[in-house]
Amino acid sequence: MIWVNALVQGVLLGGLYALLAAGLSLMFGVMRIVNLAHGTLALGAAYLGYVLVDSTGVSPFVALVVVVPVMAVVGYTIQWGLLNRALAMGGLAPLLATFGVAIVLAQLLQETFSADSRTLQVGTIGIRSFSIGDDIFVGWLQLIILGAGIAVIVGLQLFLSRTGTGRAMRACSDDVETARLMGIDSRHMYAVAASLAIATVGLAGMFQGMRTQFAPASGDMLLIFAFEAVIIGGLGSLWGTLLGAVTLGVAQVVGAQVDPSYGVLIGHLVFLSVLAFRPTGLLPKMVTA
Amino acid sequence: MSLLEIDAIDVHYGDFQALFGFGMRLCEGETLAIIGANGAGKSTLLKTLAGQLWPTAGTIRFAGDDISRVPDHRRVSRGIALTPEGRRIFRSLTVEENLRVGGYRRRPGPWDLRSVYEAFPLVADRRTRLGANLSGGEAQAVAIGRALMSNPRLLLLDEVSLGLAPVAIAEVYAALPAITANGTTVLLVEQDVNHALQVADRLQCLLEGRVVLEGTPDSVSRDDIAAAYFGISEEHA
Repeated sequence: MIWVNALVQGVLLGGLYALLAAGLSLMFGVMRIVNLAHGTLALGAAYLGYVLVDSTGVSPFVALVVVVPVMAVVGYTIQWGLLNRALAMGGLAPLLATFGVAIVLAQLLQETFSADSRTLQVGTIGIRSFSIGDDIFVGWLQLIILGAGIAVIVGLQLFLSRTGTGRAMRACSDDVETARLMGIDSRHMYAVAASLAIATVGLAGMFQGMRTQFAPASGDMLLIFAFEAVIIGGLGSLWGTLLGAVTLGVAQVVGAQVDPSYGVLIGHLVFLSVLAFRPTGLLPKMVTA
Repeated sequence: MSLLEIDAIDVHYGDFQALFGFGMRLCEGETLAIIGANGAGKSTLLKTLAGQLWPTAGTIRFAGDDISRVPDHRRVSRGIALTPEGRRIFRSLTVEENLRVGGYRRRPGPWDLRSVYEAFPLVADRRTRLGANLSGGEAQAVAIGRALMSNPRLLLLDEVSLGLAPVAIAEVYAALPAITANGTTVLLVEQDVNHALQVADRLQCLLEGRVVLEGTPDSVSRDDIAAAYFGISEEHA
């Protein structure tokens, strides 16, 4: 039964990774940008939440109402002011620009908040759980995070496939020159995609802050997990990203069940074996961005 | 008043000059064919009208406004639509989604999904198919339908017949009368002179970025066209 419990915990952890990875997958799918600042932006959101909770005393869940829209504006601004210009330069410029954002933001966080670990206090919901049978325990917070992860992936998928803006975004992803001929302002569309991506990673950062600790340097690990989830699932497919996130979560928790120090390592090994044996990922791109 | 007035434009690709002091007038409802060999500047002209290239000299007036420096994505709502060379269908979108994207900035007018499907029965049959899985003729029909979805005043057709089987070319051209019947002005670029002559009210022949021959299909002879097309005779250059 401990293995079944490990499996369940892995799926729950996968929900957080899905939230972290969804925006990375979207930005790569729409504008082929690998956003190296993704993990650090998640941290930025967590620190913003920390400041709000600290100064007003509201619950982190209430702080989400402010943090997520602020992150959406941040995403729009970064894309419009920086990454659109970098894209016009071509080549490695966008990658380097996001790398720069990651470094500057991480240093700013360290200057402002010191290197100490923080956490977002959510009260008893953070530790409460219910049990299925005698051996399987499901934390309420973990379940909420998994629900949010699935909702974000499903929501983005519906947005891309059902709405006019979503279709226009996919058209930009296919062929941006022709999309502009259709009257689509590609730079605005890219900025909307980035704003969605950064809003979702803001949500991920807040949840990460609620379930554990964070420090200015922990963005790299978040980025790596998100990146692994995207690659395991298959580039450019949101359903793949969800599957990849759950696979990574299960690999880490089951690995940790074997030996507590193996968790992250087993996750990396699963990632590497997907790269070696199925480089297109578990669910390669089918229809959408 | 002319719908389109092009006045002495120069257009460059980087250092290479593709059009030299090019000018033309196009009346509302007219169908003009631009013919010429590869590299004559035909596609450059259409790209300039669609806003993908900007002239380095001269002006383009559309419906009375100077649009020389209006960005490409703002020209659709003014009534200019281009079916680009190579069709450029969105490959991961279905045929119907391609059409809907064409109507993203649609103006009021007769063209919508239903009327496009009526004009192109072939497109209606393939509506759920992915853009990546279309034959050349199907893709061309979708590309034209996609441009019509914006209800353009001026439709720019680039190399409609290029790479298509004769039967597919005939189908595409069969749809043109339905387009012009709605009052849409058509600017057609072709290498295939016969098809161009069939549908055009007027034709211009381009050679190395300059107009070398102009007239109605009745007023110019095949020999004149051949000479202008290949730049054989000095008196036409």
